[in-house]
Amino acid sequence: MRIPVQTGEATALPDSPEDRITRFARIWSRAIFPVTATSLTRQEFEVHLVPLARELSRALHAQPFDPAPAQRIGADLVAVHCTDPDALSGTLGVIESYLVLYCGPAGREDGEEYRARCARLQHALAAGYARALRERTLGEQEAIARSALSARTDAQQALHASEARFRAVFEDAAVGIGIADLDGNVLECNEALTRMFGGVEGHIRGRNVCDWSHPEDTPQVWRMYGELVRGERDHYRVEKPYYRHDGTVLWTNLTVSLLRDADGKPQYQLALMEDTTERRLLNLRLRYEATHDALTGLPNRTLFFERLEKALAGKGGRFGLCYLDLDGFKAVNDSLGHAAGDRLLVEVADRLQSCATGPGEMVARLGGDEFVALTTSAAGPQDVTDLAMRILSTLSAPVRLDGRELSVRGSIGIVEGPAGERGPAEVLRSADITMYRAKGAGGNRFELADAEADARAITRHGLTNALPAALERGEFFIEYQPLVHLHDGSVHGAEALVRWSHPQHGVLGPDRFIPLAERTGLIVPLGRWVLEEAVRQARTWQREHGGPLRINVNLSPTQLHHPGLVADTVAVLEESGLAPGALCLEVTESALIGADDQLLEPLRRLAALGVDIALDDFGTGYSNLANLRRLPVSVLKLDRSFTQSMQRLPADPVDVKIVEGIVALAHSLELAVTVEGVETGAQAAQLRALGCDTAQGWYYARPGAPDRIHALSLADAVPS
Amino acid sequence: MERPDWAPPGIDISVPSVSRIYDYYLGGSHNFEVDRQTARRAMEFLPGLPKIMQANRAFMRRAVRHAVAEGITQFLDIGSGIPTFGNVHEVAQAATPDARVVYVDHDPVAVAHSRAVLAADDRSDIVAADLRKPADILHSPQALSLLDFDRPVALLLVAVLHFLEDHDRPHEAVAELRDALAPGSLIVLTHASYEGLPTAREVAGGAVDVYRGTRNPLVMRSREEVTAFFDGFEILEPGVVAMPRWRPEPEADPDAPAGDPGAALPDGPDDDEDPYTFAGFAGVGRKA
Repeated sequence: MRIPVQTGEATALPDSPEDRITRFARIWSRAIFPVTATSLTRQEFEVHLVPLARELSRALHAQPFDPAPAQRIGADLVAVHCTDPDALSGTLGVIESYLVLYCGPAGREDGEEYRARCARLQHALAAGYARALRERTLGEQEAIARSALSARTDAQQALHASEARFRAVFEDAAVGIGIADLDGNVLECNEALTRMFGGVEGHIRGRNVCDWSHPEDTPQVWRMYGELVRGERDHYRVEKPYYRHDGTVLWTNLTVSLLRDADGKPQYQLALMEDTTERRLLNLRLRYEATHDALTGLPNRTLFFERLEKALAGKGGRFGLCYLDLDGFKAVNDSLGHAAGDRLLVEVADRLQSCATGPGEMVARLGGDEFVALTTSAAGPQDVTDLAMRILSTLSAPVRLDGRELSVRGSIGIVEGPAGERGPAEVLRSADITMYRAKGAGGNRFELADAEADARAITRHGLTNALPAALERGEFFIEYQPLVHLHDGSVHGAEALVRWSHPQHGVLGPDRFIPLAERTGLIVPLGRWVLEEAVRQARTWQREHGGPLRINVNLSPTQLHHPGLVADTVAVLEESGLAPGALCLEVTESALIGADDQLLEPLRRLAALGVDIALDDFGTGYSNLANLRRLPVSVLKLDRSFTQSMQRLPADPVDVKIVEGIVALAHSLELAVTVEGVETGAQAAQLRALGCDTAQGWYYARPGAPDRIHALSLADAVPS
Repeated sequence: MERPDWAPPGIDISVPSVSRIYDYYLGGSHNFEVDRQTARRAMEFLPGLPKIMQANRAFMRRAVRHAVAEGITQFLDIGSGIPTFGNVHEVAQAATPDARVVYVDHDPVAVAHSRAVLAADDRSDIVAADLRKPADILHSPQALSLLDFDRPVALLLVAVLHFLEDHDRPHEAVAELRDALAPGSLIVLTHASYEGLPTAREVAGGAVDVYRGTRNPLVMRSREEVTAFFDGFEILEPGVVAMPRWRPEPEADPDAPAGDPGAALPDGPDDDEDPYTFAGFAGVGRKA
C-alpha cells in the first residue's frame, strides 16, 4: 500500500523547479529525521518539509528580499517536534549546501547575492527556531508546572476531604482515641476519651502515657509498650486500669497501634480505648455472687473448693481444715423458725470470720449449718487445733435472738496434713467423717481425722448407701432362734433375727446395719418386711404342725414413732391369718424410757388387739420400776448380763437375788419373764428354779433357718 | 504501614516520573530536572532510548490507523502518560472524526495535564486509575460514558506493561480487561526486552537499575512472556516482532536515480532505522 504523496500539486516534471524543491526537501528530511522525535514516518516527514522548502525557495528569490518567512519555517520545525538542536544545525547545513544548488537561479551571474540571501535566511530561520523552541519550552514548562500544582491541589483536596472524614470519625467515635508521640506525650484525644477520664480535656492532653501506671497493670503491659515505642511490635491489646483525676478507677480494653511514616519509621502511637468499668464491675459482682453465700456473705462452696484445690496443689506446703457443723441447729430452726435460724447463722458466720483473719486463712459456708475454716499458714496440727479451739470458744458466748439467749455449740472435724497428697473430695470427706465422730462423742468438741476411723466410717457409709438396693434385691433373710418353756423344755416360739447377706462383706448381723437403717429411715420398710416374713413363717409353722407357735419380732425406736405402725401390723396379721396373740413385738427398754402417752398409744392399741409387747434388754436402762404398770407390756426380757454369772456353779448370789426379785416383781404385775443368753444346762436349771417362764440361748439352739425350728418342734427337745 | 487508599500517589515532583521521562525522550519540556537527570543517566547506558520511544510512538500511530481501518472507533489507552505530539486521539480523530478515546494513567501530574489538554475535547477523557486494578478503569464514569463495551474497542497497552512487576500479576490484569471487551476488539501492545537490544545485557541492566529509583521499576520480559499477554487474542500478522517490523509503511519512490543525494532510497526500511528501535516487542491481537 502506498500513501499518496500530498504535495498539493500535480507530480512535478523531472528537473522542473518543483521537482528540485521536492529533492531538496528529501535531502533535508534525510539529514534531520534521525534527530527528530516525531512519530511521522520518513515519507510523511518529507512530505511535511516540501511546503517549507518551497517557502525557502520563494524567499530566496523574492524581490525585495525579506528573510522573515525563514523565521516561520524555523518555528514550524519546532512545531513538528524537531526540538533537538541537531535538527537546527542539520537544517542550516542543508540550506548552506543545497538551497542555492537546488533552488537558486539557473545562471551563475549573481551567485554572491544568492549566497548572501541564503546566509540571511539561515540567520532568520535559526532565530525563528530558537524563538519558537523557547516559547514552546516555556509553555510546556508552565503547563507541566501548572499540572503538577493542579495535581497537588487535587491531592490536597482529597486529603483534606479525607481528613475531614477522619476527623469526624475521630471526634464522634464512641471509643476513646488518643495519639501520643513515642516519648509518651499525649498529643490528641477525642471527646469520648475525655469523657472516660472524667470530662476535662486537660486531664489527658499534655500528660505522659507512662504516668498512667496502675498497681493492677499486668506485667506485660509496660513490656509491650516498650516494644511498641521501639518499633519492635506494631500493636498490642490489653485490659488496663487507669486512675481518673478524682482517684476513681477506669477500666479499659486498650488497643495500641504504632503509626509509622512513609519510610516505615515509628512516629506516633495510637490508642483505642473501650470503657469496660461497668462491665467489669458487673462481672466482679456476678463472680462475687457466684462465689459467696447470699445469707452470710461468706465464701461459698464453689470458692472454698477453688481455694482448697489451690491449697492442696501447693507443693511443699501444709493445709488445715476445720469442718464445723452446729449441734442442734435443726431444733432452733424448728422451734424459732427459719428467720431466727438465719440470724443465728449470720451471727455464727461473723464470729467464725473473726477467728480466721490471718493470711492464708478463710472461712466459708458450705450450706445449711455447715461451715469450714481453711488455713494454709498452719505449721502443724497444733495450729489447726488452736484454730478449732478458737472457733468453739467464740461460739460459746450465748447468742441473743428475739430477746432470748441461745447457746450455740458445734462439732468440728479437723484434717491437717501436707499438700499434694490428697484431693479436695477426699479431704472434705475425711473432715465430714471426723466431724460426725465429734458429734457422736457428744458434740461441742473437735476431733482430729485418723485413717482408721475414716475407713470404718467409709465402710459404714458404703453399707448405708447399699441398704435400699439390698432390700430391693432381697439380700436380707431371717434366722429364727427358738424360745423354750423352761418348765418342760418345749418350744414356745421363736425370735425373728434379720441378717444381711452382703455380696462383699458376707452375712452381717443386725448390729452392723440396723443403726444405719435407723438413721436413714430405711428401718421402716425393712422392719415391715421382717414382720411380714416372720408372721408368714409363724403361720406356716402353725399350719404344718397344728400347735400354737409364737413369733417374736423386734421393733426399733423409729418404727415405734412411725404413724403407720398399728395399721401395718394389723394388715400383716390379717393377710397371714395369724392370731394377734401369736405375735410378740419386742421393744427395748431404752426406747420406752420417758415415753409419754402419745408414744405409748400405738402399743396400747396393739396390746388391746391381743398382741404381746415384750420389754427387751430389761435391766439395762434404769427403768422406773413404778412406771412398769403404765406400760402395755406383758413380757419382760431379762438382759443377759444378769444371767451370765449363772453359766457355772456356784452362781453369783447377788445376781441370783436380783433375778429372783425381778421375777417376783414381774409375776406380781402379771408379766411373764423371758431370759436370753442361756448357754449351759446349769444356767437353765437355775433360771427354772428362780421361776423364769421362757428362755432362749445357744444351750437350746442357735438362730437358724426356719426348717430347723420345724425339726426342734418335732423333737420336742427337752434337755436332760 | 501501608499507604492509605485515599492518598494519591506520585504528587511528590522530586521523585522522577516515567511519564515525564518519556516526554523528555520525545523532546518535550513537560518535565523537571529530576526527570531529566534520570533520563540522562539511563541514556548513559542506552543512548538510543529516545529512538525506542519514538519507535513506540510510530508503532502506536500505525496500530491506531490499522484499528480505524478495521472499523474500530473506540480506544482505551492505558498508561498514556503526558500528552505529546501525535496522541492517540489526534491520530484517531484524523482518521475518523467520531473516534472516542479514554486515556488512563496513575500519575496525578500526567492526569492533571491530560485533563487540561483534553478540556475542549468532549470525545476524549482521562481516568486516574491503575492498570493493576482493571475494575477501577472499566467501571470509571469516563469509560462508561465514552465507550460502548458491546462494540469492539482498541485496548492500547503501549510501553506500560513493563512497569508492572510479576507480583502485580500483569497477565491477570490483561485477562480481566480482555474479558470486558467485545469480540473483534484489538489489543495493541509494546514491551521492553533485553532481546533485540544492540548492547550487551549487562550494559542495558544499568538502565534498568536507573529505573529502580523511580516509582516504576522496569521489568524486561522475553518474547515468550510478552506473547503470553495475547492469551485469548488472535495475534495479527506479522506477529510479536520488533517495533519497526510491525507493518512498516513503504518508503518513497524507488525509481529515483542513484547518485543523487536527493534521490529516494531504494533499500528496505530496516537498514535506515536506528538499531535501538529493534529492542523490545510489539504486536496487535484481535479478540475472537
